[in-house]
Amino acid sequence: MIEQILELFDYRFFNNAMLAAILASIVCGIIGSYIVARRMVFISGGITHASFGGIGIAYFMGLNPVLGAAVFSVMAALGIEWISTKSNIREDSAIGILWSFGMAVGIIFIFITPGYAPNLMSYLFGNILTVSDTDLWMIGILAAVLIVTFTLFYHLILFVAFDEEYARSHKAPVNLIKYIMISLVAITIVLNIRLVGIILVISFLTIPQSTANILTKRFDYIILLSIAFGIMGSIGGLLISYFYNIPSGATIIFVFVLLFILTKLAKMSLVKIKIRKQIENLS
Amino acid sequence: MPIVEIKDISAGYADEVILKDINLVVDDHDFIGIIGPNGGGKTTLVKVILGLLKPMKGEIVWHKNEANMHIGYLPQSNQNDKQFPVSVSEVVLSGLMSVKRFAGRFKDADRLKVKNVLELMGISHLTNRNVGGLSGGQMQRVLLARAIVSDPRILILDEPNTFVDNSFERDLYELLRILNQKMAILMVSHDVGTITSYVKTIACVNRNLHYHQSNIITQSQLESYNCPIQLITHGQVPHTVLGDHIHNHKHD
Repeated sequence: MIEQILELFDYRFFNNAMLAAILASIVCGIIGSYIVARRMVFISGGITHASFGGIGIAYFMGLNPVLGAAVFSVMAALGIEWISTKSNIREDSAIGILWSFGMAVGIIFIFITPGYAPNLMSYLFGNILTVSDTDLWMIGILAAVLIVTFTLFYHLILFVAFDEEYARSHKAPVNLIKYIMISLVAITIVLNIRLVGIILVISFLTIPQSTANILTKRFDYIILLSIAFGIMGSIGGLLISYFYNIPSGATIIFVFVLLFILTKLAKMSLVKIKIRKQIENLS
Repeated sequence: MPIVEIKDISAGYADEVILKDINLVVDDHDFIGIIGPNGGGKTTLVKVILGLLKPMKGEIVWHKNEANMHIGYLPQSNQNDKQFPVSVSEVVLSGLMSVKRFAGRFKDADRLKVKNVLELMGISHLTNRNVGGLSGGQMQRVLLARAIVSDPRILILDEPNTFVDNSFERDLYELLRILNQKMAILMVSHDVGTITSYVKTIACVNRNLHYHQSNIITQSQLESYNCPIQLITHGQVPHTVLGDHIHNHKHD
C-alpha cells in the first residue's frame, strides 16, 4: 500500500493534485472560517451557483470559462452585498434570485453554443486529477493574497465581522472591507470549482471549519485547524478515490463528513468524562 | 471646555424626519441623561453623534484640542451573534481600534489596558472566555469595558440598563460616577426615576430637544418640554412605564 502510494508521486498529475488539495485547503480554510463565522453559507451557495452563468457566457463567446465565472460571480457577490445594505429587497430572497438566475443563464448559453460542451460535467462535479498548471498558479497567488490580507488586517476583519455598527463608530471602512471580503469569497469559490465542482465547493468552505469549531472557539485557531482538516480530508479522499476508482470530489467530501462525525464523537465523550470527574469530586 | 457641539441638526430615515433643529453642547465632565418616549429620537441622536447616521441638516463640531478623540460607545441591545468565535479580551481590544491601527497587530501596552479595564469591571476571570457563554449582565460589562478601554473623552451609553439585574445596575451607576471625573457621559434611558439621581443635567428628546440644566425635573416641566414620560418615585417598581394618559396633549 505504502509503495503504491509512493509510486503515485512519479506521476505529474498526482503531484499536481496533491498540491491543489493543499492550496485549496489553505484558501478555503481562511475564507471558509470567515463564511462560517459570519453565517454566510447561503450567500456563498448563491455565488457558487451564479458563477455557472459566467461559465455559460464564456463558453458561448469562446473565452476561458474560469475567467467568465470569476467576473460573473464577483459581480453577483458585490450585487448581493450592495442589495443587503441599500435596497429594501430582502437579502435571502436576492440570493435565491441570483442563485437560480445564474444557473439558468449558464444552461441557456451552453445550449445555444454550437457543438458539444464536453467539460460541462467537470464544472458541476470538478476533477482534482485534471488540474492544470494555470489553475495551480492562480490558486497559489490567491493563497498568498489571503495570507497577507488576513495577517495584516486580522483584527479589523474580525471586529467588523463581529460588530459592524461598533466598527463604524470607530471610523473603520466597513463597507470597503465587506466588498473586498465578499469579492475574495467569490474568487475563492470560482478557483475551487475546477477542483471539486459547483455542487461540492460549499463543503470545502464549511465542513472543515465546522469540524474545527467543535474543538476551538478562537477565530485564528479555527482558520489553522480547518486548513489542517482540509488537507487531511482532501488528501485522504484523493487516495481513496484513486484506489477504488470513484469520483474524487465526492470522496473528499465523504471523508470531510467522516472527520466531522469522529471529531464530534470524540468531543462528546471528552465532555462526558469531564462531567463525570466533576461529579466524583463533588461527592 | 466644549467637547462637541450639535448645531441645528435635523435627522431621520428615508423621508421621515425624526429629529428637528436639535442643539446641544457637551462639555468636559458633563453627565447628561437623555430621556424621551420610544420613537422620540433618542437612539437617532446617538447615531448622529457617533457619525453612524448622516444628518439631513446642521453639523456636528468636534473640538479637537486633545490627542485623544475617541468616543466610547455602549450600543443599545447587543444583537451580536452569540456563537461568533471571539473571546472577551478580543472584544475589549476592539475598543482600541482606530484609524492608525487598522493594520497590524496590537501591542503589549494595548493588552495591558484590556487587562486593567477587565479588572476594573470585575470580570478578569472571563478574559479568555468565548462571548457565547456569557449572561446578559456579563456581556454588558464586556461591552462597557470595550467602550472605556480607550479612555475616551466622551462616553455614550444607549439604554445601558436594559438587560441588567438590579445589583449590576447599582454598580454600573457608581462606576459611571467615577468615570465621569475623567470623561463626559451621555446616557440614554427610559428609566427616568433611577437616572436622575446620577446624571447632572437632562436632555428631553421628542422630535425636538429641550435641555434641562438640573437633574431634578418635575412632571409639569416634562410636559412643557413636550416629553410625555411618567416620573416615578423611589420605592415603587424600578422600571417606568410610558405615560399613556398624557400622550394627547396640546403641544403637537
